[in-house]
Amino acid sequence: METLDQLVQQAVADFAAAVDGAVLEQTKARYLGKSGSLTERLKALGKLAPDARREAGAAINRAKDAIEQALDGRRQALREAALLAQLAAEALDVTLPGRGSVPGGLHPVSRTLERIEALFGSIGFIVADGPEIETDWHNFTALNTPENHPARSMHDTFYLEGHNDVLLRTHTSPVQIRAMQDHVARHAGREHMPELRLIAPGRVYRVDSDATHSPMFHQVEGLWVGESVSFADLKGVIADFLRKFFETEDLQVRFRPSFFPFTEPSAEIDVAFMSGALEGRWLEIAGCGMVHPNVLRFGGFDPERYTGFAFGMGPDRLTMLRYGVNDLRLFFEGDLRFLSQFR
Amino acid sequence: MQFSEHWLRTFVDPQLDSAELGHLLTMAGLEVEEADPAAPAFSGVVIAQIVEADRHPNADKLKLCKVDAGTGELLQIVCGAPNAAAGMKVPCATVGARLPGDFAIKAAKLRGVESFGMLCSARELGLSEDHGGLYALPADAPVGTDIRDYLGLDDTLFTIKLTPNRADCLSLTGVARELAAITGRPLKLHAVEPVEPAIDARRAIVLDAPDACPRYCGRILRGVDAKAPTPEWMVRRLVRSGIRAISALVDVTNYVMLELGQPLHAFDNTRLSGAIHVRYPGEGEHVLLLNEQTVTPAADTLLIADEARALALAGIMGGEESGITLDTTEVFLESAFFAPAAIAGRARAYGFSSDASHRFERGVDFELARTALERATRLILDICGGDAGPVEEAIARDHLPARPAVRLRPARARRLLGIHLDDTGIQALLERVHLTVVREGEDLLVTPPSFRFDIEIEEDLIEELARLHGYDNIPAVAPQGALMMLPSAESRRPVWDVRHLLAARGYQEVVNFAFVEEAWERDFCANENLIRLANPIASQLSVMRSSLIPGLAANLVTNRKRQLDRVRVFEIGRCFERKADGEPVAGFHQSLMVAGLAAGPALPEQWGERSRQIDFYDVKGDLEALFAPRRLSFESLSHPALHPGRAASVRLDGHNIGIIGEIHPVWVQRYDMGSAPVAFEIQLDAALYAVLPTYAEISRMPAVTRDLALVVALDVTVARVLEVLREAAPAVVREIDLFDVYHGKGIDTDKKSLAFRVLMQDTQRTLEDAEVDDAVSALVRQAELVLGARLRGSGE
Repeated sequence: METLDQLVQQAVADFAAAVDGAVLEQTKARYLGKSGSLTERLKALGKLAPDARREAGAAINRAKDAIEQALDGRRQALREAALLAQLAAEALDVTLPGRGSVPGGLHPVSRTLERIEALFGSIGFIVADGPEIETDWHNFTALNTPENHPARSMHDTFYLEGHNDVLLRTHTSPVQIRAMQDHVARHAGREHMPELRLIAPGRVYRVDSDATHSPMFHQVEGLWVGESVSFADLKGVIADFLRKFFETEDLQVRFRPSFFPFTEPSAEIDVAFMSGALEGRWLEIAGCGMVHPNVLRFGGFDPERYTGFAFGMGPDRLTMLRYGVNDLRLFFEGDLRFLSQFR
Repeated sequence: MQFSEHWLRTFVDPQLDSAELGHLLTMAGLEVEEADPAAPAFSGVVIAQIVEADRHPNADKLKLCKVDAGTGELLQIVCGAPNAAAGMKVPCATVGARLPGDFAIKAAKLRGVESFGMLCSARELGLSEDHGGLYALPADAPVGTDIRDYLGLDDTLFTIKLTPNRADCLSLTGVARELAAITGRPLKLHAVEPVEPAIDARRAIVLDAPDACPRYCGRILRGVDAKAPTPEWMVRRLVRSGIRAISALVDVTNYVMLELGQPLHAFDNTRLSGAIHVRYPGEGEHVLLLNEQTVTPAADTLLIADEARALALAGIMGGEESGITLDTTEVFLESAFFAPAAIAGRARAYGFSSDASHRFERGVDFELARTALERATRLILDICGGDAGPVEEAIARDHLPARPAVRLRPARARRLLGIHLDDTGIQALLERVHLTVVREGEDLLVTPPSFRFDIEIEEDLIEELARLHGYDNIPAVAPQGALMMLPSAESRRPVWDVRHLLAARGYQEVVNFAFVEEAWERDFCANENLIRLANPIASQLSVMRSSLIPGLAANLVTNRKRQLDRVRVFEIGRCFERKADGEPVAGFHQSLMVAGLAAGPALPEQWGERSRQIDFYDVKGDLEALFAPRRLSFESLSHPALHPGRAASVRLDGHNIGIIGEIHPVWVQRYDMGSAPVAFEIQLDAALYAVLPTYAEISRMPAVTRDLALVVALDVTVARVLEVLREAAPAVVREIDLFDVYHGKGIDTDKKSLAFRVLMQDTQRTLEDAEVDDAVSALVRQAELVLGARLRGSGE
């Protein structure tokens, strides 16, 4: 009969030879199972005298501990090996594309409008809105555009069949009137009326269609009425806006005398970039001026006490300059190959 | 307005080059739109006389010319022009000359004969398209002179875009006056001497409508030769102003209009009878105009008439029957002032415009008529000969425009502009543009001249000041104001959130026209109460849309044509409907809507997902995500755009807020949309309200779930089942959610199985099994009772 030491040695060797968990457990049974060799020896203890039994029992238990320890070690090793094998088998091609949908995007002019709202919002301009089917009075009369002014001709304005007094607004300026009237009504009876600062982005309509004109396009109206608003303020705000919008100081801004019925003095605003594809060219970007006293009166303000400036700019044009788009019509054709470039 | 720089410089000659001059005009508010050279660049072309023109010995079509180009010897030049003849004066490009297109002239042999230069046509010099032969110069053209000097070709043609308030600059005099004011250079105007009458021929003038025409000057000229050639200098100035030379009489009237700004009209005096009347039309009158258009003038259109008939539309256009011809020998010359209000808009109403109406409707100097008449008389007599009668001037002084002084408060001007300019400086600037300034206390009383129609209120003067001070010299300052935060409503989200959410769900924003094809409105909206444009630019853009969906469908079609089959688009825009009490414009409802449309594969083609076409529930999920955490409800709907079995109205808090559904197969086929697109359209406002979250206590007690499969008839909606279950649910039931729908093997063909997960929980204690069982039984009982449902797997 082999010695306990030999038995332990044999068990350690057998365990090491077990290639996987199942074989290991079978091997374990040979030593520690019901009829395993160590179990047999424990059973045989009963035939010994008490003293010898104690001594032999202790020896057998030591051997059992050693065998169990070897078994645990082997189990652990096999588990680790199995895990490594499993992980290796589970390896992915991490370069395969991710699953799921792809996001859409905002219209390029919306991107511009969102930035315009944020920039003007940062100096306290609220966003106002107005109807697109507008009354002749709001679109023209209240904006100091008399009956026979060329801007009222059929040539420029879309009219609705069967209506003489409504039209598709030709600019966002009528929002000025509505907003001023609202503001004055809201603060009626107060000694001190707060300043009115707003922008009004929206769609406008004119009878015109070619590479640089669309019968529907966007405008952003701006208005600031207060007790000490000056032309110098207007220049400051517009120049600040343009530099922030284009994120460059590398920009010249020019105010050039012009004429609009609803502002006086009036100016066209030109910008010129000092580098890039459009370097040195003056580009017309907006019209502006000090709100005409008649317009202030129509809005409910006393022009002796309040002054204001207004501007109307073309976000379509700003978008074209910002992203290098060369044909206005692309904005309104719904071509996803174009629109998806602005995600 | 177009004009020649040379001509302008005869009135005021600042020490500036053409580009600087153009910039200065632009910055003074006379925007230079174009500045083109009068002729292309070329050099070495002189005036030459053909001394001999013989046959070329070797070519029938060529001529051998001996030419005097002022060089002291005759040049031999071979020429192919049919009109080359001895004695003729022509432009000659000498050896070394460079013609337009950088074409160098060298000595050459042509068919064996030497040629030292080239005789030129107008086209070869880039002066016109005429290439019928050599450019024949007048007999007195000085031989040897550079043709550029002789024809004044180193000139610039300026085109300025005048704003409607600056009618005073619709003439060379006006532009010169402005240029003199901004440069400080002297202004040299022609002294116009009255022409003494040589004959006593008169025609009476009656002002029947003195408010519309308060001044009318007329004069008869006899013995004029209408066929006399217009002098070359006048033709040149007219042509460079974009006006065609026609005949001496017409040219003179145009010339004076350009020079002074006064439109004139020349009648054939022999075709007039009796006094001239300036009056409004009578019933049924009509006039055959110079443009061969016959008009029946409206009651507010002013006429020039004689005692027999209407002759012309006053200040707009002359009549054909009383006009001058090349055979005219007797002229009645008209120079009048018509009030802007009497002319404005009239020409446009007849569908044309004219140089005269363009000026009169904006305002012509009302003190100019007589001067202009004298100027024109002098020119006609000089060019066409003849004798002039006395000037007849009818005047209604009370009706001439008033020029009341306008009060300017210098302090207000400084405040409005944000500049520091003292009173003396302000006065000096205003006087530079011929405004008369009188001080009164702290104020200035400013009287405008008769040629300015745009100075009536203080702001007009402030504008003038800004312009003359220079917009560039007004500082740009960061404004100061009270720092107040803008309101920020948490219960209302910005439209940008809706845009970004839809974009994140895969939709691309589009912007479509608000006017659409009539057929779309009929097909998709069954709209019989269309809002039509009176003047659409095209028939397919003629009615206002009442829905965004047709436009999105059109986007799908366009993109499908470009081989994109997976399309997800959305738009936020206004829709228009008639509504009697619409706000804010009566008669119309114009609400902002948000609409989306999806078609093609549910996911972009990819390796890991089974390809599947988009369906109703995908888009419904997008919509639910847009509104989360608020719950939408859906009810079957019949809508002309949508599949009758796959359409729903979208409801929120008991209100209809929009629609969702598959596009009707008929339209899918008719418009070639390919697969079945699913669309939604919602009132934007409904999507902007957000709920303010409120805290509810979280239960610490364990939750119990039970699954419940109910078999119901196919036409029973999930919403109905949930409604019944939720109504029957005892308080311990927290949530009931659908997790499976089954229809197929094991279930009757007219039935479906709906599986619900019921979550039960109490905030205070652990639920007992009996309570849970009772709750489930209650739910099942009610479903059996109300819906005829049975528990799946029981009583098969």
